[in-house]
Amino acid sequence: MHQSTLTELSSALELKKISSEELTRMYIERCKKHNNSLNCFITISEESAIHKAKIADKKRASGDCTPLTGIPIAQKDIFCVNEIKTTCGSKMLSNFIAPYDATLVKRMDENGFIMLGKTNMDEFAMGSSNETSFFGPVKNPWNVSCVPGGSSGGSASAVAARLCPAATGTDTGGSIRQPASFCGITGLKPTYGRVSRYGMIAFASSLDQGGPMTQTAEDAALIMNVISGFDKHDSTSVDKKIEDYTKSLNNSIKGLKIGLPKQYFEENLNSEVADITEASIKELEKLGAKCIDVDLPNTELSIPAYYVVAPAECSSNLSRYDGVRFGHRCDNPKDLIDLYSRSRQEGFGKEVKRRIMIGTYVLSAGYYDAYYLKAQKVRQIISDDFKKVFKNVDILASPTTTGTAFQLNEKLNDPISMYLSDIYTVSANLAGLPAISIPSGFIDALPVGMQLIGNYFQESLLMNVAHQYQKVTDWHQKIPSGYQ
Amino acid sequence: MSIDKSEVQKIALLARLAIGDEDITSISKELTDIVELIKTMNSVDTTDIEPLAHPLELFSRLRTDEVTETDQRENFQANSAETKDGYYLVPKVIE
Amino acid sequence: MKWQTVIGLEIHAQLATKSKIFSGSSTLYGGAPNTQACAVDLGLPGVLPVINEQVISMAIKFGLAIGAEIPEKSIFARKNYFYPDLPKGYQISQFELPIVANGQIEIETEERKSKVIKITRAHLEEDAGKSIHGEFGNNTAIDLNRAGNPLLEIVSEPDMNNAKEAISYLKKIHSLVQYLEICDGNMQEGSFRCDANVSVRHIDEKELGTRTEIKNLNSFKFIESAINYEVSRQIDSIESGKRITQETRLYDPNKNETRPMRSKEEANDYRYFPDPDLLPIFISDEMKIKIKKQIPELPDEKRARFIKELGLSEYDSINLTINPDIAYYFEETLKITDDPKICANWIMGDLSAALNKENKNLKNNPVSSKMLGEMINLIKNNTISGKIAKIVFEAMWNGEGNAKEIIKDKNLQQVTDSKEIEKFVDEAINENKTQVDQYKKSTDEKKQKLISFFVGQIMKKSKGKANPSQVNQLLKNKLDD
Repeated sequence: MHQSTLTELSSALELKKISSEELTRMYIERCKKHNNSLNCFITISEESAIHKAKIADKKRASGDCTPLTGIPIAQKDIFCVNEIKTTCGSKMLSNFIAPYDATLVKRMDENGFIMLGKTNMDEFAMGSSNETSFFGPVKNPWNVSCVPGGSSGGSASAVAARLCPAATGTDTGGSIRQPASFCGITGLKPTYGRVSRYGMIAFASSLDQGGPMTQTAEDAALIMNVISGFDKHDSTSVDKKIEDYTKSLNNSIKGLKIGLPKQYFEENLNSEVADITEASIKELEKLGAKCIDVDLPNTELSIPAYYVVAPAECSSNLSRYDGVRFGHRCDNPKDLIDLYSRSRQEGFGKEVKRRIMIGTYVLSAGYYDAYYLKAQKVRQIISDDFKKVFKNVDILASPTTTGTAFQLNEKLNDPISMYLSDIYTVSANLAGLPAISIPSGFIDALPVGMQLIGNYFQESLLMNVAHQYQKVTDWHQKIPSGYQ
Repeated sequence: MSIDKSEVQKIALLARLAIGDEDITSISKELTDIVELIKTMNSVDTTDIEPLAHPLELFSRLRTDEVTETDQRENFQANSAETKDGYYLVPKVIE
Repeated sequence: MKWQTVIGLEIHAQLATKSKIFSGSSTLYGGAPNTQACAVDLGLPGVLPVINEQVISMAIKFGLAIGAEIPEKSIFARKNYFYPDLPKGYQISQFELPIVANGQIEIETEERKSKVIKITRAHLEEDAGKSIHGEFGNNTAIDLNRAGNPLLEIVSEPDMNNAKEAISYLKKIHSLVQYLEICDGNMQEGSFRCDANVSVRHIDEKELGTRTEIKNLNSFKFIESAINYEVSRQIDSIESGKRITQETRLYDPNKNETRPMRSKEEANDYRYFPDPDLLPIFISDEMKIKIKKQIPELPDEKRARFIKELGLSEYDSINLTINPDIAYYFEETLKITDDPKICANWIMGDLSAALNKENKNLKNNPVSSKMLGEMINLIKNNTISGKIAKIVFEAMWNGEGNAKEIIKDKNLQQVTDSKEIEKFVDEAINENKTQVDQYKKSTDEKKQKLISFFVGQIMKKSKGKANPSQVNQLLKNKLDD
C-alpha cells in the first residue's frame, strides 16, 4: 500500500479498502523506522496525525469529505503549522511553536490531508544539498552516502522512500526541482504568485514559491488544485481563477512546440545526463511534440544575479530573528548589541550567515547600484529572454541539474561550486515562471530529472506534458531498494 | 577588489553577527570569491534596462480598513524568552 | 557676527485609520501592552504585509491639499536597522517614488508677512513600538501596540529661519491634517510629532551649516524651546572655535537642553531597497478626482470668508479657523442665531475657558452648538442679560438642561416690569440716604461713580435680573428729581 500514489490512495479510501487511520499508522511506522537512517523528518506528529485520521474516517463515513480526505502527506518544515514546532531547519527556531497555519497548510487541512510531520531542509532553505540543516543532513534513499539535494531534501527523500505518498516543498532557486531530480520524484515550482506565501517562512520574497513534491504529475495536479489560488494575506498572490489541473492531464501533446535552450546543453553538462535528457525528449517527440533549438543567451548571468537578489532579500528577511520575541536568545546578554549579535551568531548556521553577509554587503551604501540595481536589471534581461522564446514555443525542456546527486560533504566547503550547480533552475525563479522536474532515467543507480519550463500560469500544460510522458515511461515508478 | 577584514567587521556589525576573530580571514576570502562571481554580471550592458523588482508586473491590491485581529498576546509570548507584565524585555537601552 | 538659522521639519502624522497600515490590528491608543500587536505587527516568521486602502486615500488627500504631485506609481521600501521597538529589523517606509512630492504651504511670519514653505515629500510608513526605560530594573520593556500604526511623514525643505516660523508651519500643518480628517492631531498621545533639523550659518554664507536632528518633539512649546536652545548651543560652539557634529539629539524638557542620543551614535546604513513583499501602488486620475471632491473648505479659505462675509476681525477669524472642530461648531451655532460676533466671543471666551479648565474638547463638550445658539438668542431678545447668561452657560455645562429650562428652573428671566424695578430702586435709595445726599452735591464725574454704586445695589436686590437699561433710566430719574 505504501507504494500507492495519491490517486490510488484516494480510491482505496473511497472503496473502503483501508481506513485513514490504518493508512496513517502505516506511514507513521515507516517514518519512524527509516528516519534514523534518512533523517528526512524533523518532527513526526504521530498523535495529531492519528487524531486527525480518526476524524477523517468519520467524515468519510458521513460523506462530509473530499476525494483527498484522510490521505497522509508531509509538510516541509518551512511552513508554519499551528501549535506544531516549525524550525525552518535552524537552531534559531528549534523551539518555535508556530501560533498559526500557513495558508497552504490551512488549505490542505481543509481538504482533508493528514499531516504526518515536518520534513528536514537546508537551514532557511539556503542550500542545495540539505547539509546546512541544524538537524543534520538528509540522506538520499537511492544511495545514503549521497545528498538528496536541497533545500527541500527531506520532502524529496521521504517521497522517494515512500515514507509519505506526497509532500510539499518550496523553491527559491531550484529547491523543489533539484531535490526532486536527485531523488527521482516529480516536483513542481508554480508561477510566482500562484501559491500563497503566507506562513511560509521567507528566504527571498520575490523568488520563493511553494509547490508539490509527488510521485507523479497527476498527484501534483491534485495538490495544486488545493494549494493554488488567491490569498488576501499575501499581496503578491495573484487574483486569477484557478483551473482544475487534473482536467488537462490527458490532453494530447501532438503539435506541442518544445524549445531546447542551447545554453542548457553546453559544457557544464554531464554527458550521460545529456544523453538521458535527449532520449526523454525523443519520447516526447514520439508523442507528437516538435522540438526547436532556442537561445537563452544570458543564462550564465542568472547565477550572479540570483546570488545578489536572494541574499539581499534574505539579509533583510532574517533581521527579525533577534532573540526578542521568538527564536534563540543568547545567555546573559550584556547589552543590546550583544543580545542581537550573539543570538544571531549562535542561532544561524554558516551558510545562512554567509548569505546574510553577502546580502548586507550588496545593499550597503556605495554598492547598491553596482550590485543590487545591476542584478535587478540583469533579472529584467533574463525575463525578457524568456518572453521572446515563449513567442515561438509552448514549453522548454532541459536537464534539471548538470549531474546526479553528489556525495555528502563533497561540496559543503565549496560554496561557489554549490552555487554554480543551480544553473538550470534559478532562471525560472528570477523570471517567476513555472517549472517541473520529472524522473527521466538513471546513471549508476542515481536518478536523473528532466525539467520543463512553462510560460506564466501554464502549470496545467507542464503537468499535462509530464503526465503524458509518465504514461509511456516508468522512471517515476522506480523505488529505491530497501523501501519497496 | 577584495572584502578585507575591516570590511567584514563592518558588515558583521550592520548584520548583527558576532563573528569570531578566528573566522574573519576565511570569511573575508569566501566573500571575496562570491563577489568575484557576482561581478561576472558586469559582462552585460544594462544601460536603459529597467530594473525588475517583481517577476509579475502587477500593482498592489488594497485591504479594507477594518479591525480583524484580536488579542493573542499569551499565545504569541509563549515563544518569547523574556517577558514581564505583557512586555518583551531586552537589556537596558540608553537613549 | 550675524547668524542665520536654518530649520527643516519632519512631521509624523498618525493617520486616523481603524486598523494598522499593514495588518488588521486596532490602532486605538492606550491598550494593555502588546494586546494590539498581531502576528504581522510582531514580524512572526512567515507573515506578510497587506496595505490598508485608507492610508493611500489619506496620503493622496494631503498631497492634493498642498498642491503636490501625486505620481501614478508609488512604491514601498525597507529601511533596515536593528532596534528593539522595530520587530522585523526593518521599517516599511517609502524611499524612491513617495506617494506625495513637491507641495507647498503658506505661513505667516512674526512680522505678519506671508512666506511659502516648500514640502519636499510626504511618504507613508509604519510606526515603531514603544520602549519603556527605567521601570524594569536592568531591562528595557517593549510594547508593540503602536508598531505598524500608519504614519505620514511630511518632510519640509529647510525653509524656516527661526523657531517662530517653525511653529507657524507646524500649526498650519496641524490644522490642515485635522481639517482633512486624516489625523486627530493629538500631540500628547503622539499622533502628531516632529523631528527638527537645525543648523546655523553666517548670514552671507551660501552653504548650509552642519545640522543636528532633534528627535521626537511632541508639543509646540517644547519644539520652540528645543530649537532655540539648539540654535544658541550651535552658535556658542562655533564662536568658541568648535565644530558642529552631525548627530541626533534628544530634547530634555526638564532641563531645557538637547543632548546627543547614545543609541543613535553609530553610523547607520539603512540599506533601503524595494520591499519584495509589496507590489507598487497605482494611483489613477479617477481616484484623485474622487478624493479631491472630499476635501472640505480649508482654514485659509474659511478665514477669508469669515472676514469678508461675516465681518469678523482677522484675529477672531484666525482663532475660529485653526481647529476644524471649533470652526464647525461656530458655523453650527450660526445656524441657530445670527450674530457672528457674539457667537465668536462666547466660543473663544467662556466655552474655550471651560474646555481648557476641564481638559475637554469639542467632541466631548456638554454644551452643543444648538444650546449655545439658543442661549445667545435669549440674550438678544432680552430674556436674560449677558451677566445672567454666564450663570446659564455654567448650568448648561453642568448638564442642567438647555437655556430655557435653566432660566425657568432658576427663575433667571430678566425683570422688565417697571413697577417691580421701581421697587428695587426705591429700596436702594431709601437705604442709602448718605450716598443720595452726596450725589446731589457732586460733580458729573462723581455722580457717575455713585450711579454705579446704586446700580450694583439694585442688581444685588434683583439677583441680577433687573433689566440694566431700565434700572439706569429709573434711577437717574429718581435721583435727579
